[in-house]
Amino acid sequence: MEGIAALIEALLLVAEAPLPVERIGEVVPDAAKTNILRALRELAADYERRQGGFFLEEVAGGFQFRTRPQFAPWIRQLRKGRPHALSRAAMETLAVVAYRQPVVKADIDAIRGVDAGGTLKSLLEKKLVRIVGRKDIPGKPMIYGTTRKFLEVFALKDLSELPTLRELEEMQQ
Amino acid sequence: MAYEVKLDIFEGPLDLLLHLIKKNEIDITDIPISLITEQYLAYLEVMKSLNLDLAGEYLVLAATLVHIKSKLLLPGEEEQGEGEEEDPRAELVRQLLDYQVFKEAAARLDDRPLLDRDVFARRIPGEDVPDEEEEMAEVGVFELIDAFRRLVSGRERHYLEINGERMSIAETMSEIMERLLGAGHLSFDELCGTPGEKRAVVRAFLAVLELVKQRMVKVYQVRPFGAIRIFPAVEA
Repeated sequence: MEGIAALIEALLLVAEAPLPVERIGEVVPDAAKTNILRALRELAADYERRQGGFFLEEVAGGFQFRTRPQFAPWIRQLRKGRPHALSRAAMETLAVVAYRQPVVKADIDAIRGVDAGGTLKSLLEKKLVRIVGRKDIPGKPMIYGTTRKFLEVFALKDLSELPTLRELEEMQQ
Repeated sequence: MAYEVKLDIFEGPLDLLLHLIKKNEIDITDIPISLITEQYLAYLEVMKSLNLDLAGEYLVLAATLVHIKSKLLLPGEEEQGEGEEEDPRAELVRQLLDYQVFKEAAARLDDRPLLDRDVFARRIPGEDVPDEEEEMAEVGVFELIDAFRRLVSGRERHYLEINGERMSIAETMSEIMERLLGAGHLSFDELCGTPGEKRAVVRAFLAVLELVKQRMVKVYQVRPFGAIRIFPAVEA
């Protein structure tokens, strides 16, 4: 393995959140961004070839080691924590926020036909949704949007990776 | 007319309506309002009879359905109108189609490899905050055994075994009952008395098991691994 790839691999191991290329650049100032990116892609390919217990995922604007999904049952045993479970209501509310952001609660309520207050609160607590501002209409309702953690949890590079609403409509036909 | 009603969990009135449309294999853009309204109201009846909390939104949609039905029944309006009168169902259809897309979007999100459900990464230390709960729950034999094990293993480390007086389980049981009736309740640790003798812990443990079996005491625990409290089954 080339020197820089090994170095980046070490950084990835200890990073506690997806590690952005820019952050690696700050830590290793004499490496060009293109070289860092190439090394990351090489590493990802290495782990793909190896087919071991984990892989390198490009997620939420960075790179992170993640375990392969087929080992989830055992890891859940090991961690013994509550699994990251979202109710269907929470999932629907989150989907509306993700696609319609920036969005106010009244619009979410209208789409789902139910009051989204409770699920919004729990999504805010889980830091999957945040308040991005207040709309300049009577009552100054809060405007909601998704967070970086949303991308992390749902394994998305960025929002554009979500299928478009038109694609979803077509999938239903 | 009666039909079978299977009660699923619905996320709201639109979800219920979509379910009915799918069940009847109806074209969403051409809903037979009177059939659907009838079935929708039947569902509400079932929910009411089960004492489920009927959210106001369900009633609003019921009113909308009935309103659309009455509009469709009014004769002659189309003839008078010059241009094309909008189908009274149009607004509802738009709403349903919209909701359906987001339901699909939610399902797609759920299909993704979720962090901490399907895939795992290094954990940020100190993120988990356990919930505090102060509620008494009845405990079983296994919790008692656990508590016993903890007591014994804790003691083994600190104390040497000493030959003490011999006391039967029956004697210990009546001693425990006496103390319980006096004190009202005691924790398992308190029952085991002065620290030092493994034999006494074993005896107290066996006595408590026997007392539970004979329904002379009740045993409660506030939280897993919390203190186990023993109450007399009958008040003194």
